[in-house]
This record gives sequence, structure tokens and C-alpha cells, in this order.
Amino acid sequence: MTSTFDQVALLARRSVIRTWRQPAAVVFPLLFPMLLLAVNSGGLRAETHLPGFPTKSFVAFALAVPFIQGALFATMNAGTDLARDIESGFMSRLSLTPLRGAALLAGQLGGVVVLGVIQACFYLLVGLAAGVRPAAGILGVLVLLVFAAFIALAFGAVGAWAALRTGSTEAVQSLFPIFFVFLFISSMNIPRNLMATTWFRYAATANPVSYLLECVRSLVITGWNGQALGLGFAILAIVAAVALSLASYSLRRRLVR
Amino acid sequence: MDRPNTIEVEQLVREFKKGPRAVDGIELHVDSGEIYGFLGPNGAGKSTTVLMLTTLLPPTAGTARVAGYDVVHEGPQVRARIGAALQEAALDPLLTGHEHLRLQAALQAIPRAERGPRADELLQRVGLSEAADRKVRGYSGGMKRRLDLAMALVHRPRVLFLDEPTTGLDVQSRTALWDEVGRLAREDGVTVFLTTQYLEEADVLADRVGIIDHGRIVAEGTPDALKAEIGRPTLEAVPAGEDGRGNLSDLLARFGPLVPSPRGVAVRLEAGEAGLADVVRALDAQGVHVAHLELHSPSLDDVFLAKTGRSLEGHGGE
Repeated sequence: MTSTFDQVALLARRSVIRTWRQPAAVVFPLLFPMLLLAVNSGGLRAETHLPGFPTKSFVAFALAVPFIQGALFATMNAGTDLARDIESGFMSRLSLTPLRGAALLAGQLGGVVVLGVIQACFYLLVGLAAGVRPAAGILGVLVLLVFAAFIALAFGAVGAWAALRTGSTEAVQSLFPIFFVFLFISSMNIPRNLMATTWFRYAATANPVSYLLECVRSLVITGWNGQALGLGFAILAIVAAVALSLASYSLRRRLVR
Repeated sequence: MDRPNTIEVEQLVREFKKGPRAVDGIELHVDSGEIYGFLGPNGAGKSTTVLMLTTLLPPTAGTARVAGYDVVHEGPQVRARIGAALQEAALDPLLTGHEHLRLQAALQAIPRAERGPRADELLQRVGLSEAADRKVRGYSGGMKRRLDLAMALVHRPRVLFLDEPTTGLDVQSRTALWDEVGRLAREDGVTVFLTTQYLEEADVLADRVGIIDHGRIVAEGTPDALKAEIGRPTLEAVPAGEDGRGNLSDLLARFGPLVPSPRGVAVRLEAGEAGLADVVRALDAQGVHVAHLELHSPSLDDVFLAKTGRSLEGHGGE
């Protein structure tokens, strides 16, 4: 029997090849966040003059957003690919091989993680080209890449769970606007302490996405901040644990064999 | 000791929530190296049976053993010995034919050095060598079906399940697939369980046929034996004018039970082929004119009609 590691590698490779052969799936997650970054940096630059704004560079402040948008694309990629496999019967074909359920899930998410890290490298390079210098240095950049991989894993698992639960690409894609709402009601465009509208500040404070953004920002703008890093990684760990458990449960139910 | 490549099913039942019994206590036995045709109309329970026998759907009740192993309790052993091409060709449109076979070979734990040659061999066997490096989304329906069959054969299964493998294929692709399935059974000793909605397919390919309707097997045997059981040929007559249909029906009803005919009136001749002369004499004597008169040997559709009271012709697949 093929080892679990080999099975994961085979399916991760397939996942990467599939994405690579759909140019829209590669180009859109790279360009769309950069366009949004350019527009926001131009339009909201004046925010940097506010007393208490943490940096003089709005690009440095906003660079965290593409990382979270990357999570949305990871969710969509992982979920849509799995749902397509279910709809086309390819999942049934895989079920007839000695493939382990855990390997199927890990392989799919492995491909998403690889693409998530490639996206993060691209965002960082654009940031460096725009003059951003991560305050946490080289080690901070490595932690950022680990964080990006973790984001792809956690949110990819959410997409995988939706796909395995529903078996429908439409259901997976319907998650996109929900995540987008979470992103907009966060500290995406302004630090929480500078939000003038009270209800929005409360909503952003209750929104876990704010802490993911602040984790990235801490490494880019302020340097090592244990609290921001701890909160960011803890939230991802919770999302990943819950989503992976749900996805594993749904996979077991789907692979009743 | 090696277990036999048989399929043994006893009182197999599958009930869906809030639905009828899709499979209602079927029993069947398929011998090693036999091609068993499972024939039935839409919703008869063919695909549900295949899903249970391939371990993809647990039965509600009953037992089934494939290649000597229980489909519920020994799923991994069953899956290691079977290949399956299900109703829809289960392929990834973004991978090439060669990549599909290599992936399948790897997941079936075929040693790395053998994967490429095995993929090449199968692609050649199903006539896809030239298309091996093209993405599957550019394949025709027939090419996808053939690749699906090749994938089911990667690990040299002892029992092969084919769920309506030729539905939607042109005559040439259908014939090519029949040849390959026949060769697998004859030369490699593979047991083949084939569901089909095509009477001709079951007639040409299957050593034995089981006819399923409303989840129950209503007839089983070799195609010749089943047809012999019906025994009597059908005479179909097309009246010369529209107003002659009533007279024609009255006259033919004297020679046996009338059966549905899309073109005119048909009767199953009680006296067999010898009754044809009597019919012609009666038509002449009564002055009933016919535009067309044709004697049909019994077909599997006649068997289906006799067993269920309905015709299988014109039904879609499950």
C-alpha cells in the first residue's frame, strides 16, 4: 500500500497542477488584492496623519489585508475543487482506491497551503518594492509565511468542510460574500482605537478577522508583539481545529465504505 | 488460498429515507469469468445495486460477497479486487489521460517503475495513445468512457463493474468497448457485472442476464434461455389505411395476445412461426389490407414485457 505521506504528496501535486492550469485561479488571487491595496493606499493615505496611527506608510498598514484575502481564495479553491470532485464522481473513484480519508483531506489542503505561501511571497515582494520593510526582520518574514500557510490551512479546511457537507460548488461559492463581510467589518482600513463610530468599533473588536490582520501588522509595522502574535495564531488554531474536525466528520460520512 | 472471482448476493435491500426500496431483496450469483448483464429501466435499482456491490453505499439489509469478501465488513479487501466505471465518467477535466492513469496507479500502490509502462499499455489498449497528453476536457464522450475503463483496469481487478458504460456513445465507440469487455472476460478471466439499458448490449455481451424492475429481479438466465421461455414470435402488421387498424386488431387478436407496437398492431403468435400462414390466409379472407407485415423473433424486450407487462424499449437509463 502507498504510504500516507505519498498519498498526501500525490493529491497535493494534483491540487497544485489543477490550480496552475486555470490561469484565472492563479492570476485573480494575486492581482485583485494588489489592486485593492493600490486603491486603498491612494485613497486612504491621509489616515497616516491621524494622531496615534501606527505608521507613516499606509502601504505597510494595508499590506496585511491581502494575507486575509488570500484566506478567502484558499477557502474557495479548496472547497470548489473538492465539490467538483464530488459532483463529477472523481471522489467515488478515489474512494475505490486504498486512499486514506485523512490523506485525501491533507492532500487537498496541502495544495492549497503551497499556493497560499506562493501568494504570500508575491504580496511581500510587492510590499518590498513599494518600500515596506518588515519591522520584525528576516525572521519576521519567515513567521509571516508560516502565518500565511496556517491561514490557507485553516480557511481551506472551512471550504473543504462546506464542500464535503454539501457536495455543491454553488454552496462553497456562497461562502465568499460571508467572508467578505467579515473582512469589511474589521480593522481592515483603520486601527480599532481610531474608529470613531462606536458600533463599528465594537463589531471590529468582536470580529476575529481583526486579530488576524493585527497579527500580520505587528510583524510588518511594530516588530515582535507577543500578544498580537498569540491572538492571531490562537484564532487560526481554533478555526483550523474546528474546521478540520467538521471536514473529517463530513468526509467519514461521505466515504461510508 | 485464492478466493473465487464470484459475486454472491442474498436478500440485498437498500432503502432511502422517505423513499421507496430502491433495491428490494435481490438474490444473484455471478460465476468467475462470467459477464452478467443487469438490465432494467429508469429507477429500477441497477446503479444502487452497483454502488452497494462496490462498497460505495451500505446496504440496508442482506449480504453481498464480491471476490469472496463481504462488502460491508471486508470493504478494503473487496476494493482491492474490483475495478469500477460508474455511470458518469469520473475524470478530472484538467488532467491528461496519462496523468490520470499514473495517479490511479500510484494510489493503487503499483511500484513507481511500473506506473508509466502500465499507463502506456492501457492507453494503447483503449485506443487513446495519441490523446494521452491532452487534457481530458478536450476528450469526446467515447474517449472519456474508454479512459474511465482504463482507470478501472489499472490494478488488474478480478471483478469489474460497469454501470451503463456505453450510454450516449456512438456505434463505433460502443462496439470497441464491447470488444474490450469481451476480451477481458475471455482472455483475462475477469468477472464482469454490467448494467445496461440497451437490450442489444445485454444480448450480445452477457453470458447471463438479470432483469430488474422496481428493485426486484423478475427474470434471470442466458439471453437464449430467457427468449426461449417466451418462445413465441411476434407478428407486427401495419394497416394500409388508418381506418383499418380496428379490423386488424380484431383479426390478429384471434391468433394470440396483442402486444404494443409503435407502427401498427402486433400479436404474439400462440402457434409460433407456423401461425404466420394462418394469419395471411385470414387477412386475405377478411379483405383486410396491410402495408407491411413482419415476423420478429423473441427479444429480451419481449421477455421484459412478459415479466412486467411493460416494454423496456424507449426507457432512459437509471
